[in-house]
Amino acid sequence: MERIYLDHGATTPLDPRVLEAMIPFLKEDFGNPSSLHFFGREVKKQLEEAREKVAGILGAEPEEIIFTSGGTEADNLALGGVVRALREKGKHIITTAVEHHAVLDTCTALKKEGFDITILPVDCYGMVEPQHVKEAIREDTLLVSVIYGNNEVGTVQPLEEIGQITREKGVLLHTDAVQTVGNLPLEVEKLQVDLLALSAHKFYGPKGAGILYCRQGIEIDRMLYGGGQERGRRAGTENVPGIIGMARAMEIAVEEKEENTRRMEKLRDKLIEGLLSMEDVYLNGHPTRRLAGNVNASFEYIEGEALLLSLDYKGIAASSGSACSSGSMEPSHVLLAMGIPEQTAHGSVRFTLGRHTTEEEIDYVLEVVPEAVQKLRDMSSIYQGKGEGK
Amino acid sequence: MYSEKVMEHFNNPRNVGDMEDPSGAGEIGNVRCGDVTKVFIKVNGEGIIEDVRFRTFGCGAAIASSSMLTEMVKGKTVEEALKVSNLDVADELGGLPKQKMHCSNLAADALRAAIEDYMKKQEK
Ligand SMILES: Cc1ncc(COP(=O)(O)O)c(C=O)c1O
Ligand code: FES
Repeated sequence: MERIYLDHGATTPLDPRVLEAMIPFLKEDFGNPSSLHFFGREVKKQLEEAREKVAGILGAEPEEIIFTSGGTEADNLALGGVVRALREKGKHIITTAVEHHAVLDTCTALKKEGFDITILPVDCYGMVEPQHVKEAIREDTLLVSVIYGNNEVGTVQPLEEIGQITREKGVLLHTDAVQTVGNLPLEVEKLQVDLLALSAHKFYGPKGAGILYCRQGIEIDRMLYGGGQERGRRAGTENVPGIIGMARAMEIAVEEKEENTRRMEKLRDKLIEGLLSMEDVYLNGHPTRRLAGNVNASFEYIEGEALLLSLDYKGIAASSGSACSSGSMEPSHVLLAMGIPEQTAHGSVRFTLGRHTTEEEIDYVLEVVPEAVQKLRDMSSIYQGKGEGK
Repeated sequence: MYSEKVMEHFNNPRNVGDMEDPSGAGEIGNVRCGDVTKVFIKVNGEGIIEDVRFRTFGCGAAIASSSMLTEMVKGKTVEEALKVSNLDVADELGGLPKQKMHCSNLAADALRAAIEDYMKKQEK
């Protein structure tokens, strides 16, 4: 049977070149980088080289890189760490309705601590209006947090414009850039961001390794107590194999960015076009300002979960914006924020292409999806039959 | 996450479709997720459900339990059919994930509504 992976937004396979870079650190180079002796010193050297590599790609200084356990921790630290350190100076945080839960739920927790949260709306493409950011900034605003490339619908936010505003107003800007490595520019100066979160397993690196870029001079309260690693900003022995692999993965992603992006965009657009040629299917997210690998579509009259199961049966792995499958019955907060009706949001499926996705795979998907959709529609109690529409 | 039985019913659902002149019809929406099931029954002179059909706008669990339920009640009297609960359907499917139990209510409630509709018509 075919086995087609179109869920690269969830995670990516480890690149063999990354694995190769990691292996020594899972074997002979096992020392603790904090140790004084040569076992530790050798590893420490490699760890710092990885830091320099990552900093170079971001156009940052090595001291501005904090290694974390992943994107979630980086987001938690960026928001919680910064606003708690600045508590005396204000209490207001601005974010958007289309953030990942790593940001949104952190805001919810901060609200309980007494911080004020403003959640900005988005347009029907999931885009934030920079003017809204400007209007929302108050005297006591500490931080603005805007996702760079959306994990569900792929929409790319106008970060530079937002960055210009936050710079002018003297508030900090954090971005969750987890979905963008190997696809969009990452230079922090160009993006005008002060904090930026990344996660290795989204760019063919290992799981459990992430990065928080934190501009020099920004105070940050630690969340983990213990050793003095990461300049006292993140206690705990470093995940050395993970970090080494992450730096290598990032290097590869950036080297191959143009080529991969071009190829993936072509396949993405072919998939979008094919899906939209079906009746009552809509694209979610921006038609052009979107991540190279992201396709998110709503199929009217059916549940996304049911379509996913049908596709799984045919050897196609995709995911659903409808949270039916994850236990909560709420449809995706991102789709709802874009003004998509609940029933339509329930019928959404996300296909995320990767480096290794082929044209044959897309052709196969375009063969299978219409059949699967028609079968479910014929079964659906709210479908009136072909051509009758709504 | 689903049992083989669920997947089998999901991929090959039994008794799908509409019915002309049903003896009873029921439609139930799931308040938790907005999904909808319709059930139609044909009942003969002895009160036996001769035929049953369903249509479901719902998740895999909802479709599989609709299919299973129709199989379970076909050939039963309406009184017997009323005794089939969503738990029986879930059992027969080899269990459902906890957060999907509410989905099996859809079919069971739609059948109940269809039987009530049939009984109301009988009274007239
Ligand atoms: C946009 C975004 N932010 C944060 C995360 C969390 O990253 P991690 O899985 O490394 O904790 C993800 C991954 O699901 C993501 O897509
Ligand atoms: S989630 Fe709606 S019926 Fe299962």
